Amino acid sequence: MNIGDHAPGFSLPDTDGREHGPQGVTVVAFTCNHCPYALAWHDRLLDAARDYDGVTFLAINPNDAERYPADSMDAMRERVSADGGWPLPYLRDETQEVARAYDAKTTPDLFVLDAEGRLRYRGAPDADHRDPSLNAAWLREALDAVLAGEQPARPETDPVGCSVKWR
Amino acid sequence: MRVELLWWEGCPSHPETLGDLNRILGEEGVDAHVELVEVKSDDQARRERFPGSPTIRLDGQDALPADPGEPFSLTCRIYRLRDGRVSPTPDPGDIRDAVRRTR
Repeated sequence: MNIGDHAPGFSLPDTDGREHGPQGVTVVAFTCNHCPYALAWHDRLLDAARDYDGVTFLAINPNDAERYPADSMDAMRERVSADGGWPLPYLRDETQEVARAYDAKTTPDLFVLDAEGRLRYRGAPDADHRDPSLNAAWLREALDAVLAGEQPARPETDPVGCSVKWR
Repeated sequence: MRVELLWWEGCPSHPETLGDLNRILGEEGVDAHVELVEVKSDDQARRERFPGSPTIRLDGQDALPADPGEPFSLTCRIYRLRDGRVSPTPDPGDIRDAVRRTR
């Protein structure tokens, strides 16, 4: 999928069993429970979800839960509950079809879609998982541009993290 | 001292840890070559008692022992830095302490 392409639609269940898919300007964030990169960037993703009211944020866990039980739906549910809830739904991609359709490489791997469902940004939240002060700057730049009806100045960055755990 | 760095290709963190390890060994005056051991399968992970990438072994012992219940598998290892942040790489201060303990 290239920048400007229509992103695949989907419907996936969250930890409460409700179905979600892209709607309006959307951030599709492939992530998981067991990857230190995903965990290091997690709070920055949640902060962005709180700050961008009106943008649909979807966290998707695509990992093979048989080999990695820490990424099972039960473990996802426990994590969200232990955190007292998240500001975005945490979806399970059990068949990995959505991750394959998006060609997700790592956790995290972020995709920003405009209101027409076209891909406008793909990559990492920001330049360094070690530096919380970066505050998901690349994601925020992309969202600011899309919400202003402009093309992000930096439409692609290299996703950095643990490889998606394919079946 | 025998120094090994066990790594798995699904996790991009081992080059940074290798850099930290070589630097600390040099600063501590330890004349050791770091043996790189690539772990390629879950079977090998179990044989090597590999809790995730990267893992440093000093004289055959995990320099920063994982929790006892941690499974051995192809995964990225979760470390905690000294300020509490989650990290895919160990805190250099913890590596240094382990080198000093083993020397």
